Formats: sequence, structure tokens, C-alpha cells
Amino acid sequence: MKELNKDIVIIGAGPAGLAAALSAHDSGARDMIVLERDEYSGGILNQCIHNGFGLHTFKEELTGPEYAARFSAMVEERGIACLFGTTVLSVDGGQKTVTAVNRDGIMKIHARAIILACGCRERPRGAVNIAGTRPAGVYSAGTAQRLINIDGKHIGNDVFILGSGDIGLIMARRMIFEGARVHGVAELMPYSSGLNRNIAQCLDDFDIPLMLSTTVVDIRGRNRVSSVVVANVDGSKKPIMSTAREIPCDTLLLSVGLLPENELASSAGVGLCRATGGGDVDDTFMTDTDGVFMCGNCLHVHDLVDYVSSESAACGRFAAQYVAGNKADGQKTEVCVTGGVRYCVPQRISKSGGALTFRMRVDGVYRKCRLAVYADGKEVFAKTRPICTLGEMETVELNAAQSDAVRGARSVEIKLIKAVEV
Amino acid sequence: MSGKKLKTENVDRTCEVKKFVCICCPIGCELTATVNGDGGISVTGNTCKRGASYAVTELTSPTRTVTSTVRINGGIIDRVPVKTAQPVPKEKMFDVLFGVGGIKRIEVDAPIKAGDVIIKNVAGTGVDVIATRDVDRTEI
Amino acid sequence: MDNNGVKAYDCIIIGGGVIGTFAARELARFNGRFLLLEAAGDVSVGTSKANSGIVHAGYDALPGTLKAKFNVGGSRLMAAKCRELEVPYKANGAFVIAFDGTGKRVLNTLKARGIENGVDTEIISGDAARKLEPRLSERVSGALYAPTSAIVSPYELTIACYENFLENGGCAALNSRVTAIERSDFGYRVTVRTGMTDCVYAARTVINAAGLYADDINNLVSGRKRKIAPRRGQYMLLDKTALPVERTIFQTPTALGKGILVTPTCHGNTLVGPDAEDISDKDDVSTTANGLDDVFDRALLSVPTLARRDIITQFSGVRAVCGDDFEVGEVEDGFFNALGICSPGLASSPAIGEYLACAVAQKIGLEENKRFESHRTAIPCFATANDEERTAQITRDRRYGNIVCRCEQVTEGEIAEAVRRGAVDLDGVKRRVRAGMGRCQAGFCTPNLIKIIARELGISPAEVTKHGAGSEILGGGQ
Repeated sequence: MKELNKDIVIIGAGPAGLAAALSAHDSGARDMIVLERDEYSGGILNQCIHNGFGLHTFKEELTGPEYAARFSAMVEERGIACLFGTTVLSVDGGQKTVTAVNRDGIMKIHARAIILACGCRERPRGAVNIAGTRPAGVYSAGTAQRLINIDGKHIGNDVFILGSGDIGLIMARRMIFEGARVHGVAELMPYSSGLNRNIAQCLDDFDIPLMLSTTVVDIRGRNRVSSVVVANVDGSKKPIMSTAREIPCDTLLLSVGLLPENELASSAGVGLCRATGGGDVDDTFMTDTDGVFMCGNCLHVHDLVDYVSSESAACGRFAAQYVAGNKADGQKTEVCVTGGVRYCVPQRISKSGGALTFRMRVDGVYRKCRLAVYADGKEVFAKTRPICTLGEMETVELNAAQSDAVRGARSVEIKLIKAVEV
Repeated sequence: MSGKKLKTENVDRTCEVKKFVCICCPIGCELTATVNGDGGISVTGNTCKRGASYAVTELTSPTRTVTSTVRINGGIIDRVPVKTAQPVPKEKMFDVLFGVGGIKRIEVDAPIKAGDVIIKNVAGTGVDVIATRDVDRTEI
Repeated sequence: MDNNGVKAYDCIIIGGGVIGTFAARELARFNGRFLLLEAAGDVSVGTSKANSGIVHAGYDALPGTLKAKFNVGGSRLMAAKCRELEVPYKANGAFVIAFDGTGKRVLNTLKARGIENGVDTEIISGDAARKLEPRLSERVSGALYAPTSAIVSPYELTIACYENFLENGGCAALNSRVTAIERSDFGYRVTVRTGMTDCVYAARTVINAAGLYADDINNLVSGRKRKIAPRRGQYMLLDKTALPVERTIFQTPTALGKGILVTPTCHGNTLVGPDAEDISDKDDVSTTANGLDDVFDRALLSVPTLARRDIITQFSGVRAVCGDDFEVGEVEDGFFNALGICSPGLASSPAIGEYLACAVAQKIGLEENKRFESHRTAIPCFATANDEERTAQITRDRRYGNIVCRCEQVTEGEIAEAVRRGAVDLDGVKRRVRAGMGRCQAGFCTPNLIKIIARELGISPAEVTKHGAGSEILGGGQ
């Protein structure tokens, strides 16, 4: 068994891991290794072949592979070591040891800091409890995307999609572009959690019906999907069976939510956030376990990769500072979220440090609202938002003075002040 | 100028006010475009300049960037992702994909570099289809 | 060859479920030629793959019935059989819980039956039960504790019996549906449809272990016609991260039904179910929204901490019910039935298997097979191995260093070995090595599983199925 010592081990070479590695290097860290289970870097971006990435980071519109390649090239230029085809089996948070495996054997890497950047996964059929048969032809949207875009497989001809998040919408258009027919996209909620522009360019362009407040109640077909039964749902999201109708199809794609991959975090013994299912971190992205950091979609699920990159860059910088001996002070203040803010990252802040950025999601669709930050009950920051939706992450960036005020406070609260709930 | 005027003549005059969702960036502004009596177009609801020009284009000659994949032989993966280097006319999307010499009708051999032209002047649009990823040859 | 030039066997076993494979495996202890016939492309694809996985202690069956005899016998044999066959088994014990006076009277009845059946149980208070099993409902007022109740992985048990049968020289024909059985001078002539062609085998004896279709097989031979009533039960499987129970928790039967169980599985998941619904179609393993909802609501009565968000999959199993008791034994000269083997069929399987094997051996005078190898080696499991074992696995086969299924940490080496041992589709791989069994339900590993299965079987990826012909993963059914 191979044993190594490294200052920083980064788990995952997707957008989060690459950005963290890059910024850790540029902040002075040199003794690093990135572990990636795939044979190449870029993670999920490799299968996101559509455009729309990078407007914030590169000020131009890129496809997923192009966005990934830019980061991969920067990481390569700096000579940062990446080990591909390598899966991390467990992380010991106390000892800061990472156990990984590849075709050459088991390795244990003793680290001074560990950055978990292992992304998220899709909720499967079972998690949404859809009754019916269990035939071939039921895919989570990301699995279908991988089969089509990387492996070049034809997966079906007549498609129905449950879930109108961005992956569901993107896959509707993708299936059309593969020559399939898409018979509709059902959404349990009365609104789509996908971006408006994706509804426009992925559904409206092809006259694909978006069925709001609708869900799949039955899957039929013994060997292959032969149809799905959809029904409208009432205010408490219960199907109204009198509205049930059968839609013949051979393929059902499920885009019913993403969950942070928290298996390694759990094995490391770090505390998780109930609201996100991901890490519970301070403003340096360190978990409650000293020296274990988290960033990207395993921390919380992002809607834009640009945000993943900027958040992970900050995480990489803090990890580099940590191994250089600049540790955040021990006392932390919990950030309290109220009034429709579902969660906020970071969940805890230190008494000292630089300007703070909070990323958060709300729990509904609100029009004409204010997002405000309170320190000891006093408003230190507020911004008005014409609309806040579940699908879009909200960001609050405080300046130095506001950050100091927040850091000095005994209680910190982030609140959504609602005018109209939709 | 003359080109712009020519395009507005194609506008369906029965619908003087059109609403769309801007697809330029993730904000997805809800745009309202009004065709004035003189054929000029005014846009509201946009939060940036790109939105205004998107609305005009969408009303006169809508375009889309097409992304898809092309079969690749001998590569480490089985498809190379591609995109149209510029947006193509919306009504040409299916020709770009399925027409003679279109994205779904051809194959290439590895290696391919991101930016390589895969199809020149696809479907007579004057736009090239380019690779968006390096695909190395698989080691045999 | 018998005198008509067809392949001849001392015994043909019809059905590759837990009863058929166990009988076959026990028959291999005798010298003879044995053939296992299975209508599907793999073993353990019917009732044996979708049940509670409980080795019932044997207090429940009415004294004097075959159910009581084989359940108690099977329960006593199971641990040793699972050791021989390297099958996951855990003696976790069980509670039957009561919520009120009526329930407590049922506990007394069960305890009395246990005494008659020779099964030790103990009635304890609700508080004592909660002390052992803290997540039990506050409303539980008493429990019957059955320490000899256990859990087993039912499909792995079936597959292990099958492999051990083959290792000991047994023959098997898959994709072979029996269409006719005729008496002959030799014994029986069994006609089998394989794809588009018919094939005839001769057998001195026949064991009918055809599960839901055992009535059809019986009716081909016997004048005493049988009719099996399919009874469907729905289940939900919860993630390993769900707050577990240690023991199997049964409810006492009430006027509302038989009660829902909550149990750990051998692999650390939590299983809830089943309901019981008489259906008309023996192959209808669909679930219903109302059924699933009802199962979970009723499971919450036992263990209120169960959370719907931990559910990772739902499934149904269909049990073969025929009258009140099992029918096990010789019904025509040299023709043996194992018919109506519903619950506690899994628990009974070692005893039924032994009984049938001995009956056949006695009938035609088979001698002991001195070369019988009772030990079957399981596919080396990466996930549960320690670092030294893992290093050895990878040194032997580098594919053991390639994790394919992230959730269950299943390697390419294990998947390739599963295919080598007989898995022909995704579900077959899943049952053998758990790839795709975890919380993402094969979301991540499906693309790679398709590639590996295609490569190992020498077929194209488009031909890879989920569970047999017609269930091709790719292509959309065209």
C-alpha cells in the first residue's frame, strides 16, 4: 500500500476542484494533489455540451467542455498533480488521511488540509416514489445526458420528462436534437425551477408543453416503458386522480433534484447542513472538522458553474492560508436565516477576516422583495430584488465595513422581506 | 440600415407587440418589443444592451446557437461535442443537425482539437460547426 | 441418453428459485445426472428476488402443518447452509409487537404455537422492547421476542445454491420453459421451449419447483389439478443512512390485515413491507401509489422515526398461494411437488431442498456423492474487505482497483466476475454484486455497466438489457 504526504488533497477535478487547486496554487500552496475518479478532468461539464457557461468568469458564452478546458489548461500550466481513474474510498477527518484506490492499488494520503469538491448526484426514481412497473427506459436526466453526449448512445424515441429544473429543460431540447419526440415536461410545482431562458429556448422553441402542477403517477410497460400516467396535483401536491391521463412514450427522464454527494464528508465525520444536505462551513469554507474544507456542489447545489468557480477559488485560497499557518480564530457566529431564506453558505462566520460573501436560496417564488443582513438586530445591508425564485441562487456581497459590522456582532441574521409571494 | 429595414418588412403586422424571454444570459429578462408605425422597434424589460438587440433579432430574424455531438472514430470518447461558431437562423436548426452534411450525418476521426472546424458553412448558413473539446486518440 | 436418443437425467428440477436451486444443490450430494430448468435467462428472478428476506423462527405456522415442519427445520439449517455457501446471513432476532389487549392475546397465541413447534420465544413489555429497540413506537405495549429469527439475502442464497449445484456437476438450461411432460418407460419426457425451438429431455424423476407456475406444471402431469392464487406484496427499501432497527419488527395481524414489517437487510438497508393483495396476473410486479403510501404509513406505526426521504426504491413481489399449507412431496410416481410455497418459503427452503433431494434419492436409489463440495466461494467483495485484502484483490486483478458503482463501492473486477458466473443483464449483476443497488440506483454506473456487460458477454451495448429480452437499455425499444 502506497503512503504519501501532501499539504493539500483535493477530491474531485470538476469545476470546483480545478478552481480550488488553481487558487490554492496561486496563493502559495505547492505540495498538492487532485484526485479524480474519471479519466479526465472537468467533471459533469464534459457532458454539459450546451452553451451558456462562463458569462461571469470569462465574459463570454462557452459550452461546458470549453469552460472545463480553460480551467484544466490553467491547472496544467501550473504543474499541479492530478491523479485520474482514482476513487476516494474514505476520509478520516481527525487524522486527515484520505484512502483512495486505482488500478495500481490502495493509497493513503496524509494531508494537512483536505478539500472536498466531489459534486452532487441526482435523486433517483425511488426518491420520488413513482409507482408502476420497473421497465427499462427510466433514466435520471444526467444519466441520459452522459449516455448521449459522451457515449453517443441512442436512448429512446418518444420521451416524457418529469421535472423542469435546468437539466430537464436542457435534456428536452437535447432529445429533440437527437431526433426523438418529446411529449411534455411535467413539473410538480406551480412554477419551473429552471431558468426562464431555458424554458424559452428548450421548450417553447420546439412547442414542447410544460405541464405545471403535474406529476407522473404511474409508469407502465413490463420490459420497456410503454406509457406514463400524469395527473394534476392539488395545493398540497397530492395528485388529483380524476385528471389522470396516459401519455404513450418509451422513455421517461427524471430531473427531480440534485443532492450534494456527502458520503465522503460523512465518512470524514464532518457536520452536515440539514437544509442543503451538504457541508456546514465557516467563511473560510472549513467544516467543523479542522482542516477539512468543502466547496462546489457537494457544499450546496449551485445553478451556475461561474458561482462554483468563484466560491471554490475562495475555498482554495483559504486552504492555502490554512496550511501556511493562518488559521481563522476559533470563535464562530452562526448565521441565522429567516423569512423565506432556506439556507445560507457559509453557515458560520469568524470574528475577523476579509469581506464576506453569502450565497443562499429562498424557499418559494417572491416578487418585489428585499434581502437584508442584520447584525445584532441592526440592518447593515439590504438589496431589493424584483423576483426571487427557488431556481436561482442569491448572492450578498458585503463591503469591508459591512463585513466588520457583521463579524463583530453577537447575532447575525439574513432575512427575506416579502412583498408578494407567488 | 437598409438590411434592417428589409427585415422589419418581414414582421407579421398582425402582431404589433411581442413578448419573449431573453436567452442571452441566465437572468432571462421578460422583454416586450413593440413595432412602431415607422417600422422601428422599441424594446422594454431588458436590463442590458444585449437584451435590446436580442429582441430586435428575435422579432426580425431569430437565431440560435446549435450545440450537439459528432460521431468520432478512434477517440477516447465516442462523440465530440460541437457548436455552431455563430448563431444560425432558427428555422435552419434542423438542417444544421439532420440535413445533408449536417451534424448528425457525418463522422470524424480522432484526434480533434477544440476549435477545429468540423463542418464548413453548415447547411448553407455561412456558419461553421466547430469542436468544443479536445478528443485524443485512444491508446491501442 | 435414454432409449429414444434424448438426453436423460436422474432428476429434472423445474424452476430456478430458492426452492428449485436448493433442491438441486442438495441433490448434488448424490451421484446422478441432474438438470435444472429455468424459464428466464437467469435464476432468482421471480418470488425469490422480491421478498422480505426473513428467516422466520417458526412460531407463526400452525402446529402440524408442513409450513411449521419446514419452517422450523429450515430456520435451524439456514445459518450453516449460509456459511457453506458464503451467503450474507444475520441472526438479528425479531419482535412481534402489540399495541393493545387484542394484540397481546395474539402474542400469547403465537408463543403457545412456538412451544408446540419447538421454537423458543419470550413475551416482554413495551418498555423492555424499547430498551432493546429504542426506535419502536411509544404505543407498543408488549412484544414477542423471537431470538432465532434471522435475515438472509434471498437472491444471493438462490444464486449461491445454483453455483454450488453447477460446481458439483449439475446441469442447467436457462430460457427453457416447460411446455409438456409425458409419462414414459424411463420416467418422464419433458418438452422445453427454448426461443423458437423445442427440446426434449428424459428424466427418471421430476421436481416441480416452478413457483407461481407450479400449478401449470402439476396440471401437465397430475389428475389432481391445482390453482395458484398470486398474492402481491409491495415493499420500499430505505437508504443505509436511514436510522435503522436492529431486529425484524412484525406487527400482530389485525382486522385490517397481516401487518407490515420493518427489518434491516443483510447489507444494512432498511426494508418495509409487504402489503398483501390478491391479483390476477402472476407477472404483475408493479407497485401502486396507494399501496406504497399505505405500506409506509403502517410501517410508521411500528417505527415512527422512518422518513420517506430515505426511500431509495420500491418493488413488488408475488407470492404463490395455494390453500393454507405448502404441498411438498411425491404426488405422482416419481413426480414431486413443491407447490404453494409462499411465506415462510424462504425460511423453509433448506429443509424443503433437503427433503426433496432425499426423497428423490430414496425413490430411485441414488448413492452418496463422495466428491460433493459443499463450500461455494462468493465473489470477493471489495466494499467489505480491509486494506490488505483489497491490495491482494487488485494485485490479482487490476480491475478490482476500478470502482464502477460509487454508492456500494463495487469494482469492475466484481462485475466482470458476476458476468462470468452467469449474470446476463443489469439486474443480474445487481443481485450478484450490488452494482446499482445503492442510493443513486444506478444513475452513475449505468453507462459503465452497459460497457462492461457488453464486453464480457461479447455483445453490442445496444443488446444489453435490464432484465431480459425486450428490456434493452438503449435504443427505445426499436
